[in-house]
Amino acid sequence: MQKKLLLGVEAIAQGAIDSGISGVYAYPGTPSTEITEYIQGAEEARTRNIHREWSANEKTAMEAALGMSYAGKRALVCMKHVGMNVAADCFMNAAITGANGGLVVVAADDPSMHSSQNEQDSRVYGKFALVPVLEPSSQQEAYDLVRYGFALSETVGSPVLLRITTRLAHSRSGVETAAPLNENKLKLPENKRQFVLLPAIARKRYRLLLDKQADFKEASANSPFNRYTEGPDKSLGIIACGIGYNYLMENYPDGCPYPIAKICQYPLPRKIIKTILSECNHILVLEEGYPIIEELLKGYPGDKRISGRLDGSISPDGELSPDIVAQALHLPVREGAPVPELVAPRPPALCNGCSHRDVYNALNEVIKTYGAGRVFADIGCYTLGALPPFEAINSCVDMGASITMAKGASDAGLFPAVAVIGDSTFTHSGMTGLLDAVNEKSPITVIISDNESVSMTGGQNSAALGRIEAICRGIGVAPEHIRVLNPVPKNHDDLCRILREELEYKGVSVIIPRRICIQKARRDKK
Amino acid sequence: MKTDMILAGVGGQGILSIAAALGSAALTNNLYIKQAETHGMSQRGGDVQSYLRISDQPIYSDLIALGKADLILSVEPMEALRYLPYLKPDGYIVTNSTPFINIPNYPDTKELMDTLEALPHRIILDADSLAKEKAGNIRAGNFVMLGAASPFIDVPFEYLEEGIRAIFSRKGEEIIDINLKALHAGREFALNFSIM
Repeated sequence: MQKKLLLGVEAIAQGAIDSGISGVYAYPGTPSTEITEYIQGAEEARTRNIHREWSANEKTAMEAALGMSYAGKRALVCMKHVGMNVAADCFMNAAITGANGGLVVVAADDPSMHSSQNEQDSRVYGKFALVPVLEPSSQQEAYDLVRYGFALSETVGSPVLLRITTRLAHSRSGVETAAPLNENKLKLPENKRQFVLLPAIARKRYRLLLDKQADFKEASANSPFNRYTEGPDKSLGIIACGIGYNYLMENYPDGCPYPIAKICQYPLPRKIIKTILSECNHILVLEEGYPIIEELLKGYPGDKRISGRLDGSISPDGELSPDIVAQALHLPVREGAPVPELVAPRPPALCNGCSHRDVYNALNEVIKTYGAGRVFADIGCYTLGALPPFEAINSCVDMGASITMAKGASDAGLFPAVAVIGDSTFTHSGMTGLLDAVNEKSPITVIISDNESVSMTGGQNSAALGRIEAICRGIGVAPEHIRVLNPVPKNHDDLCRILREELEYKGVSVIIPRRICIQKARRDKK
Repeated sequence: MKTDMILAGVGGQGILSIAAALGSAALTNNLYIKQAETHGMSQRGGDVQSYLRISDQPIYSDLIALGKADLILSVEPMEALRYLPYLKPDGYIVTNSTPFINIPNYPDTKELMDTLEALPHRIILDADSLAKEKAGNIRAGNFVMLGAASPFIDVPFEYLEEGIRAIFSRKGEEIIDINLKALHAGREFALNFSIM
């Protein structure tokens, strides 16, 4: 079989196509976006008509995928780690309903926060929901584990969580693919009440999930992806999870002298862990993310044999690297020459000609009258408005929080309070908050900076396209306080005037500066 | 056979096309490759880097360790310096000389060039001019850079030519020819440079 050069995320996508999925459901988010994009671009997906449209948010994606699983077909759901918080309501309960057709949920974590607001570890969600978790160490394993995960999901009748991190997601390597499987036929669950989580049924389903833990543990124990490797030097044993294994092996080009427990499937394989604990004097745990295994093994009394992030052998935050692992192993790190002092930081910035620039230029001019500290922003390119030269925003917390935080601050007496949100973020999670504000006639001004695209993640189609005014009217914003204009420098004065008028209005107003993302416009031209 | 290199530049400068040509070359010749790159937020005009590793033996880490890179290939002069801690003592820097200034505190270019010139193993070239002059298209600058770095990449030069042919195969002979000329111009420059 010919090797393909694939990013980790692309290997997952190809693995899913070859597993016979009938649909992928996702909302864009770094570092998960390219999984869905790859399927959207794949010829097999077109031929088979695999569902591959973007969902409005991660929760709708998760729910639609569960519906496809209900109908007996295989579905893939993809999101970045914080998307798991949005999908969690469905994800947690999908563990109780169980899966009919194979259901694999991909959570792409971003330790070191390259493109995120936190570095939460999605393995915790797996444990929380009591479902099997897979964590590939390489692009090849990413492909293989997706195929394995779909089979496992159907064998044990449970959703399976596949957790990756940024470096695997966005690194390319040669991947050998296997023969594609056919899609499942439509087949409703045998038990017609399986998905009805009324308390009386849910209690039974939960007991079933608890009973299934034995199957999950057996699957981990027999998994070809978990492995114990002997080593001659028993002074130390190393538990290496996911890509932590690569950084370990990188440090020992001639072979690692210590026993290794390579972990790519959870719940933890008890036999392997017991072996390494009994064979070795000291244990180093390499986890990309939270010290989950380390904390478990260390226990509350704090077993001093166990090292990792909790005892300072490894920094408590940030992603792993070959150097961090080398230091934990007391191996020398020979850093090259220092970075010369004249090298200046080059932070990301809004593109020249970006419509958000015109919005912030106007907003900064108008807000001066009222004083700083009253602009609540959201997740998207416009979050870069926090940096110089604009320094225009005072919050960025989660998808949709701009509108609701502005409302809460207004409830507290802040007037005027302003929200800045993008078009796609608005339909992702802003609409419900706007309804709260309308119902209470909150005196807030919502700027929906509409660039007709999900831009930060590469210009995917926005679910809001062509619908924003209608949505706002439908939610109950007074039509005369829905103001649309084209944010270009020559309209600067108009935008300032509209902002002044609406900031003074003692109710909900929505200003929609609309101009297509210049990157998207350029790409569309090609 | 093993080369660990860092490709450096600014978001939007297209360093990933260089990585794509090398990746294709490695794969068709049954070499192992890992190439980690930057996506997402920092792509918006921020500094971007790609860790590219090629070997005839399996490769574990997607990242290169400090002090272990054989080569820094930068399409922007200040960005070349940002990754010095990764460079081996005898490693080479191959950098384009044209600054990309999108920040207010970009260093004085004379001072920047002096800092680069003072490095023991470096090749500094004006890739854009060479691309225009030798390949007839300023947009082939990235492959002038790959050509200039080629003497330090432990992969037969023909593989790189194959890589360019492969990634531009859909764009037609003319585009392939332009980029191959750029590759050769860069290599020629580097070979003469190191003799001096």
